[in-house]
Amino acid sequence: MQFLDNDLKLLFGGILAILLVSSVIGAVLHSTVKTDSAKAVIANLNARIRAWWVMCVVFTIALLTGGLGSIVLFGFTSFFALREFITLTPTRRGDHRTLFWLFFVILPLQYYLVAISWYGMFTILIPVYAFLFVPTRSAVTGDTDNFLERTAKIQWGLMICVYCVSHAPALMMLDIPGYDGQNATLLLYFVLIVQLSDVLQYTCGKLLGKRKIAPHVSPNKTWEGFVGGITLATGIGAALHFATPFTAWESAGIALVINLMGFAGGLTMSAIKRDRGIKDFGTMIEGHGGVMDRIDSICFGAPVFFHIVRFYYTD
Amino acid sequence: MTMSGRAAAVVISSLCRIVSGARAQWIGCRPLTAQRIYYANHSSHLDFILLWSALPQEIRCVTRPVAARDYWEATAWRRRLAVNVFNAVLIDRKFVRTTSVGSNRRKGIMKSIDDMGDAMADSHSLILFPEGTRGDGSRIGSFKGGLYELARRRGDVDLIPVFLENLNRILPKGEFLLLPLICSVNFGTPIRLQNGEKKAAFLERARKAIVVMGAN
Repeated sequence: MQFLDNDLKLLFGGILAILLVSSVIGAVLHSTVKTDSAKAVIANLNARIRAWWVMCVVFTIALLTGGLGSIVLFGFTSFFALREFITLTPTRRGDHRTLFWLFFVILPLQYYLVAISWYGMFTILIPVYAFLFVPTRSAVTGDTDNFLERTAKIQWGLMICVYCVSHAPALMMLDIPGYDGQNATLLLYFVLIVQLSDVLQYTCGKLLGKRKIAPHVSPNKTWEGFVGGITLATGIGAALHFATPFTAWESAGIALVINLMGFAGGLTMSAIKRDRGIKDFGTMIEGHGGVMDRIDSICFGAPVFFHIVRFYYTD
Repeated sequence: MTMSGRAAAVVISSLCRIVSGARAQWIGCRPLTAQRIYYANHSSHLDFILLWSALPQEIRCVTRPVAARDYWEATAWRRRLAVNVFNAVLIDRKFVRTTSVGSNRRKGIMKSIDDMGDAMADSHSLILFPEGTRGDGSRIGSFKGGLYELARRRGDVDLIPVFLENLNRILPKGEFLLLPLICSVNFGTPIRLQNGEKKAAFLERARKAIVVMGAN
């Protein structure tokens, strides 16, 4: 078990406090609302809060086991996300073996590369080698119907669910001068900011939301929620700079970038869901939908955060 | 059913639900322990075990899958599973499969229908796949006459169309590697044989009841 530094303890304490306060608010709202539609919203809110407890406990355990725990947790997250993505993507009989490679060879290999800190191969395995392998394996079966479309969809799923997500635990492989052994704290900082941004955008949208940003894509996203949520999450990012290698201003800037990326992720995934005619990617997380619905912002935020830290804060 | 068989049934069905992420969606009817005949599209070896797993336990206990004797009696293991765990109704396919249209074939088919009727008695439900064999998943094949004969004999029982979604992608015909995709088991609106309804018309109506669920 990893040495628990004070910053990590503070962050965990903060998360616990937020969860306790939300649970109390949820319970109070539950006993005060009257109308049926409000009851439905509050029931969903409480389901979300319960799921947050579970997710926070799982994530905490993973972080406490050090690098390997986080890698395994994100590996499984990728697996479940890819499963939801491929389930909703029309593929054909000829893709069966290709998809088997995706789940049981390429995905574990990507996380293995994170575990052994082989940065060079980690960056190109999926964009180069898997990119060339996937169409070849499908072509061997001789099924050419919608070939390019099928290949594009499989590669896209692999990029989003595996490649992008794997950049979050990849933070563990960075050597940041003056920040030795605290990479788990940085990973927690990233996930916390991105997820808080989602929650705050949702909350601001529910309380103040009027003008919709993209009504055809995601009816729940409003300008009020967007501005309010991202401003608050950026402020929290600045306040949490003590736990990072960043100064307060740098921390605010980085938080702003990953919040905007997270928003882009949510919007893009919504567009896919609308196109496929579904509301959620799955039913695995009560109140939230599928795993993919919960991590859409991480998918887009993780690679950018990883590269900012790697470029500016490592030698 | 024996105690160990019952325990094995709980373990196997839970495992199936976890691994496949199978979701039971009761769209056209509610889960009831009343006698029913569940009939479904057939495209994978996993079909019957997943449909069976998707049923709530109290319904699963009184529901018997109809399966091919030649397959399930081929080894002692399969036989034990079929009899003790699934409580399957084993049917001889050899009469149905022969190409000759002799009186033997007719007799064999009627014997199978009688067996299914006897297996239901007054408390059991059945699971059957009226296509008779697995399709490639792209379309639902025409139904064999057994469903009609059964509906004629048991006019007092609801027939529940069940659409199995994505199973042919998890384990298609001729494949042995499983993909970890999510499947769903959709229960549709019950049908019964109507007064004076002809065999072909009934079978087509029963087939359409599954097809429409797949179209949505």
